[in-house]
Amino acid sequence: MKHIKTLNDKTLNMTVKKGGCGECQTSCQSACKTSCTVGNQECENKKR
Amino acid sequence: MIHLFRNSGFDIVLDVNSAAVHLVDEMTARVLRILLDRKDTYGSEELAEPELAREVAEELDQDPELIAEILGELSELTAVGRLFSKDPYEALVPKVMDNKTVVKALCLNIAHDCNLACRYCFAEEGEYHGRRGLMSAETGKKALDFLVRASGSRRNLEVDFFGGEPLLAFDAIKEIVAYGRELEKKHDKLFRFTMTTNGVLLNREVEEFANREMANVVLSLDGRKEVNDRMRPFRGGQGSYDLIVPKLQSMARARDGKQYYLRGTFTSQNLDFVKDIEHFYDLGFRELSMEPVVTDDPQFMITEDNIAQIKDEYDRLVQLMREKKDAGDPFRFFHFMIDLDGGPCVYKRMSGCGAGTEYLAVTPWGELYPCHQFVGQEEFLLGNVEDGITNDEVSRRFKSVNLYTKDACRSCFAKFCCGGGCMANAYQSSGRIDGDYEIGCELERKRVECAIALKAFGSEEG
Ligand code: SF4
Ligand code: SF4
Ligand code: SF4
Repeated sequence: MKHIKTLNDKTLNMTVKKGGCGECQTSCQSACKTSCTVGNQECENKKR
Repeated sequence: MIHLFRNSGFDIVLDVNSAAVHLVDEMTARVLRILLDRKDTYGSEELAEPELAREVAEELDQDPELIAEILGELSELTAVGRLFSKDPYEALVPKVMDNKTVVKALCLNIAHDCNLACRYCFAEEGEYHGRRGLMSAETGKKALDFLVRASGSRRNLEVDFFGGEPLLAFDAIKEIVAYGRELEKKHDKLFRFTMTTNGVLLNREVEEFANREMANVVLSLDGRKEVNDRMRPFRGGQGSYDLIVPKLQSMARARDGKQYYLRGTFTSQNLDFVKDIEHFYDLGFRELSMEPVVTDDPQFMITEDNIAQIKDEYDRLVQLMREKKDAGDPFRFFHFMIDLDGGPCVYKRMSGCGAGTEYLAVTPWGELYPCHQFVGQEEFLLGNVEDGITNDEVSRRFKSVNLYTKDACRSCFAKFCCGGGCMANAYQSSGRIDGDYEIGCELERKRVECAIALKAFGSEEG
């Protein structure tokens, strides 16, 4: 494409099938304890 | 839903439901603006209509062929579900809600007491609307037993030592951790212990222990000496900076690649907080976090009027991160971290922070609360470590909140990065755990834009 550059390959809907295992860290535990951001958490599901 | 924004000289499009991110050129941004003025969403065939190209070209006074070419690209992305994509997730809500709740994380308020007297402390210098006290090792062990029982088949369990100041109860921490290691073997679990400390009691022994046992150590400091000492004095009023900075530096060095965060709080009194972040950097810290204060004290609280300035600060922070990276010695800022290609699954993104369901806080006396910020507010008492969760009503209330139950979140472009915000903040500002905290949202949206913009820089290099 000449006018648009897409920065990522995967899309969120790809996570519907294999997600939801719950093994990842609880958001608020990770650094801040006063808010919530999930976008910066890591997935720990190796099978996904 | 798409979100078009400009940051650091980039025109960026976030397709909310697919989480696709596109860098677009200036003319494409102008075309999109016209499209979005007309309506919110388009189909791929609609975008390829010659009539649309003619109209937009006329409005922009541009060559119709160029505009048709741009619309063609937009149409292509739409056809493959990376632009104007629909929300396929709402149907999953019942599945998320029906899931049997398992507890996987505890915040052990091991010390309701503190050796500092930070002026914005939501724990009220450790008292949490109640009395002072330290958790006994016995209560801590019961809390771990409870966690093992309540976690079902979940293997990774998290336990954060929090306070007040947890190191006031260092002996109990050691005993509880040792007990946790025994439980791991017996029940095939993995405990991830973490700790949040103000640094006053750090020493060689604590460092060694933390490096052996703690997956993450969060160190609190507010920034420049005058800022820190105004907000984080000892009980007698003298500043804490001179005593704690060398200790925090030593701890951070000792981590040697293991996770730590240096965490600050900014208030309405230091809205130029990027100077404080730069100060952290100059002190040698590279893993940084800086949070808006949570308080209703008018002297410090963030108001509507501060938002514009804070947003400018976040932009300045993006520039600072770029500069340091270009100079070959980058740092990380917790709230600007985003993984566009990986990151959590949509279930995690829609179910929020987990307070009151998978995450609970424990008082020194073994009482359970939905999270550390609700501790001491009687109406939220959930139960205790011996009997488990007995107040099902409160538990149900927390479980029922998700991205799709809050109207503001439904229409928010940042929703799959934010996850629905902090229920404690919402409660403080609106009196409801599913209420709105508009200031927090404004800032969260800005942080998401900045995080994405940093990726745009990365892509230019690549
Ligand atoms: S570990 Fe990954 S797949 Fe499992 S719930 Fe967390 S984000 Fe989703
Ligand atoms: S920023 Fe606010 S409105 Fe948007 S998802 Fe987060 S809590 Fe909801
Ligand atoms: S309610 Fe707020 S403070 Fe409590 S766990 Fe959730 S995000 Fe964290």
